[in-house]
Amino acid sequence: MNFEEYASKPLLAASGIDVPRGRLAVSVDEAAAAARELAPVVIKAQVPTGKRGKAGGILPADNESQAREAASRILGMNIAGHVVERVLVEEQASIVREFYAAVLNSPVSKGPLVMFSASGGMDIEEIAKTDAEAIREAHVDIRIGFDAGAAEEMLAGLDLGDSKGAVAAFLVKLYACYCRHDAELLEVNPLAVLSDGRLVALDCKFVLDDSGIKRQPDLQACGTPEPLTALEERGRDLGLRYIALDGSIGVLANGAGLTMTSMDVIAHYGGEPANFLEIGGEAYTKAKPALELVLDNPNVKSLVVNFCGAFARTDVMIEGVIDAWEALAPEVPVFFSVHGTGAEEAVAMLDSRLGVKPYATMDEAIVAAIAAVAASGGGA
Amino acid sequence: MIVRGSERMLVQGITGRQGTFWTTRMQEYGSRIVAGVNPKKAGETHCDVPVYASAREAAADGPIDVSVLFIPPLGVRDAALDAIEAGVKKLLILTEHIPVQDVMYFLSAARANGASVLGPNTAGLVTPGECFAGFMPAFSDSIFRKGSIGVISRSGSLGTLICLNLVQAGHGESAFVGIGGDPIIGTTTRDALESLDRDNETRAVVMVGEIGGAMEEEAADYAAGMSKPVVAFIAGQASPPGKKMGHAGAIVMGDQGTYASKRTALERAGVRVLDTPSDVGMAINELTR
Repeated sequence: MNFEEYASKPLLAASGIDVPRGRLAVSVDEAAAAARELAPVVIKAQVPTGKRGKAGGILPADNESQAREAASRILGMNIAGHVVERVLVEEQASIVREFYAAVLNSPVSKGPLVMFSASGGMDIEEIAKTDAEAIREAHVDIRIGFDAGAAEEMLAGLDLGDSKGAVAAFLVKLYACYCRHDAELLEVNPLAVLSDGRLVALDCKFVLDDSGIKRQPDLQACGTPEPLTALEERGRDLGLRYIALDGSIGVLANGAGLTMTSMDVIAHYGGEPANFLEIGGEAYTKAKPALELVLDNPNVKSLVVNFCGAFARTDVMIEGVIDAWEALAPEVPVFFSVHGTGAEEAVAMLDSRLGVKPYATMDEAIVAAIAAVAASGGGA
Repeated sequence: MIVRGSERMLVQGITGRQGTFWTTRMQEYGSRIVAGVNPKKAGETHCDVPVYASAREAAADGPIDVSVLFIPPLGVRDAALDAIEAGVKKLLILTEHIPVQDVMYFLSAARANGASVLGPNTAGLVTPGECFAGFMPAFSDSIFRKGSIGVISRSGSLGTLICLNLVQAGHGESAFVGIGGDPIIGTTTRDALESLDRDNETRAVVMVGEIGGAMEEEAADYAAGMSKPVVAFIAGQASPPGKKMGHAGAIVMGDQGTYASKRTALERAGVRVLDTPSDVGMAINELTR
């Protein structure tokens, strides 16, 4: 789960990291009131995307009336598809130098990775291209942790002026913040040295590990939920992963791998999938609400039900599908491929209750589903 | 990682609904389950084996080669550390949605103690004709038959389909290695490929990957030097970027983890990449003739 700047910075502050004083504002009046207290200020759009500055979503304001004008320009602005509904009003910082710092999960070392760059303020990819020498990395053994000694070792050879000790102490706090909050990524960019010598986190990105949410109850409400369509929301409420797509062939399959593959094979034969929906794992008993979800998409012109039972039993899943089919009596044609655990019982049930025989292979079921869309007059 | 019928297995979380169901299936198939763990039921007998308070106590009564964990997400870290301390060298972590920092913690402990971890978020291992560990339909002879094809899969359901297709084409499997759908896992595609390359029973390998991460690219480097043929299918070509496709590890971010990158790397290494899993039997026929 992504956290925007205004929700990330309090986590840094609670870990003893210096951040600018600021107020969140949802209206021009609130922004003006914050500016009265903090001016000169920076008004920063709060949206879950980068490049806010380039889009004109970050503006300075020296006084209340400038803040009013800046806030009215930014609020309501559309940045990469996100309408700005709130701004962060922060005291201006007098920047002498900018660094980059982050802690993230590394699938390569299978442990935390601490990154620091003596150049900051731009994307790390950009720094890697323009000033690779400035970047330092430390792979951490999470059982040992990351202390001042490790930080100093990682910074050795970098010219950080008088800030070296402060940067080392900062990195230790950043690592502690990452651990405490089950972060997947905690990035501070820029980390700025101010004219008064303070080291301050001017921007922050925090991504919470979705599997850590259940033990971070205080954080759950602070993150920015993934934008979902109405059907996707219904899926989430059912505990199912439903992703809306643009095509006309509904997909109901078990397991992430098989569901993705169903979409791939539909595309391979020239069709377009209407959704991703997997009911594997413990969700395999939810076939009925899952089918209702798929069929409530008005673009669906035909349906592929592709089950391959391992942990999930196909007889249980097929029974759910048949129950739903009998209850809903949809007009959409359906094409089955059923294999694996429980398949014999499932096939018998399909025959006796729906009078339908599954196809021998997933490919045959999918080719037939694509042909049915074409026959219905809708493009595949 | 491959399991053998002679290996002594422990089931942590043996008394739960899934633990009981799958322990029974494993026993029926020939897996040598010697003990279980549930701190609240220590001293009892469950599925005909003694239940201990911990893996350490179980190991004190007789060596344990493999431990299979049927444990809820927030309990896995301590259960895995218990097994590692007990001297178990192969751990199968089936659970999905374990906090990643917990995963990194027990993987570090495993590394330090010379233990291997399969998973998390895996359906497990099958050695047809010998034993299985996890929740795979090993007992279905339309899916698993003793043979010479090694199968590696990030996904249980798709791996099962590939095995079914192999058997329908007249082949059998030497071993199935489910490595798991999480972004950080103990046994990578490359690790599994190496163990199948060393395995004398295996003549060819089918690698079932998916979008996200760089494991298939790493495996391609190894495959380039193998004499056994390798066939691959990569799921997720039609998936939109920036979305987690059911598995926490199956996500394309920017130019990272794309289908194109994996396919190119594998083909460059001489691996045959299939457009549909249904072609696997034919491809293996051609390559093992």
